[in-house]
Amino acid sequence: MSELKLMKGNEALAEAAIRAGADAYFGYPITPQSEVIEYLMAEKPHERTGMVVLQAESEIAAINMVYGAAGAGKKVMTSSSSPGISLKQEGISYIAGAELPCLYANVVRGGPGLGTIQPSQADYFQSTKGGGHGDYRQIVLAPASVQEMADFVKDGFELAFKYRIPVLILSDGVIGQMMEKVELFDPIPRLTDAEINEKYPWATTGKKSGTERRIITSLDLDSHKMEEHNHKLQAKYKEITEKEVRYELIDCDDAEYVIVAYGSSARIAQKAVRLARAKGIKVGLFRLITLFPFPSVKMHEMCGKGIKGFLAVEMSSGQMVEDVRLAVNGCSKVAHFGRYGGIVHTPEEVLEALEQKIIGG
Amino acid sequence: MTEELIIAGFGGQGVLSMGKILAYSGIMQNQEVSWMPSYGPEMRGGTANVTVIVSDERISSPILTIFDSAIILNQQSMDKFEAGVRPGGTLLYDPNGITRHPKRKDINIYQVEAARLASEMGNTKIFNMVVLGAYLKIKPVVKMENVILGLKKSLPERYHKLIPLNEDAINAGLKNVIAVQELH
Repeated sequence: MSELKLMKGNEALAEAAIRAGADAYFGYPITPQSEVIEYLMAEKPHERTGMVVLQAESEIAAINMVYGAAGAGKKVMTSSSSPGISLKQEGISYIAGAELPCLYANVVRGGPGLGTIQPSQADYFQSTKGGGHGDYRQIVLAPASVQEMADFVKDGFELAFKYRIPVLILSDGVIGQMMEKVELFDPIPRLTDAEINEKYPWATTGKKSGTERRIITSLDLDSHKMEEHNHKLQAKYKEITEKEVRYELIDCDDAEYVIVAYGSSARIAQKAVRLARAKGIKVGLFRLITLFPFPSVKMHEMCGKGIKGFLAVEMSSGQMVEDVRLAVNGCSKVAHFGRYGGIVHTPEEVLEALEQKIIGG
Repeated sequence: MTEELIIAGFGGQGVLSMGKILAYSGIMQNQEVSWMPSYGPEMRGGTANVTVIVSDERISSPILTIFDSAIILNQQSMDKFEAGVRPGGTLLYDPNGITRHPKRKDINIYQVEAARLASEMGNTKIFNMVVLGAYLKIKPVVKMENVILGLKKSLPERYHKLIPLNEDAINAGLKNVIAVQELH
């Protein structure tokens, strides 16, 4: 059994990065995720594991430092909140194009623009439908607890290296700022340069005589080659869609209605499920853990088994609900409820929406 | 057992750290806890509040609008949170600086003059621990030995010499809480 601590989500994410054997973190502070870099600076991971922590001059510099370190086969991460994540999109597209592994976290705040510093889930489209330019995807993990803020760092790095793909931990101001009990996993040692060289035949670790040059680029001016490259990327995304879907079903066994939610909205929805069950309403919660890949197959299957309606609950004007509609594909009623712009909906509001939009609607 | 509590007052009163000590105390007795602060452009003198949940079960929403208990430490918080106490629930407040006292007839109401007691003990910084003591007298959700363990966990080592003072403050709160209205 490892250590039990009371930590903020942001602090758990930072501590998990050290324990996951990360080689480097590059970042730039922004509310509500500044505790990540604050914790890392105070913790001096260089003395614990040799991990580099650097405050870059901007978010753009930080993501390009990530690109460089990832190219050298290093376990590297960055984090920010919504406006800062927008700045990083060019770098993320390049990392996706160059097929490099990296982990980054977005502790979402309300937008658009500088918006507000209060919690939001309005970056769903940016996270799952591109964000940067080009035909790429990234794995998106949505933690709903401080425990998952820690655990998904470890899982995220594993997925990033397994598929050589950017992995995003899509959190929000609630999960970042709240404190909960967290059981920290045992530290994983950082890889040595020799181990990186051996494990990752693509990593640019310095050309030895008699070996092939290793080139990292997202550019190919020959369109036929570029289409080939895109085919390869799409095959990878297909494999991820088939193998890496994650979700949690709560009280769904006898449910007539289902609330679909992720992150802090899923926690609030879980309370709404309890309130509804106390009134005799048979409702369950479909908590998304991966947003890409989206659990469309399972959702459609549930729909065929007699679920009368799905309520998509998210702190946005209706983004995730589009994927719910695609999954359900007309087989059952789908409605959306959510507060936004930094307002967090309450369990009572979710219950009212369920009664009005799904049961009575 | 599940206790859903809001602690609300001014920034600088120790509202957030009081919640943190309570949460740590819950962990010490193997309970589930959550601590969700209001965060924002707040500073000393502005309003601050934190929702603390201590439960035997997995905690669902860390954000609530209805509470089992409210600890209210300034007028703005009284105006905002009196209505949020569940019927039959508990409201504890320090009357110091309160001009409009709680009016609800369907909740238990208690007072503790924490600001005066802390000042009489010669250290206004222990104000929050006096309040915590008063709260634990009404709602013994965590055992006193676990509060001391919680204090040790949440205070940096260099402040551990202040733990006896904090204990005295908790005891002062325990002894001096007054029932204003108790439902039977």
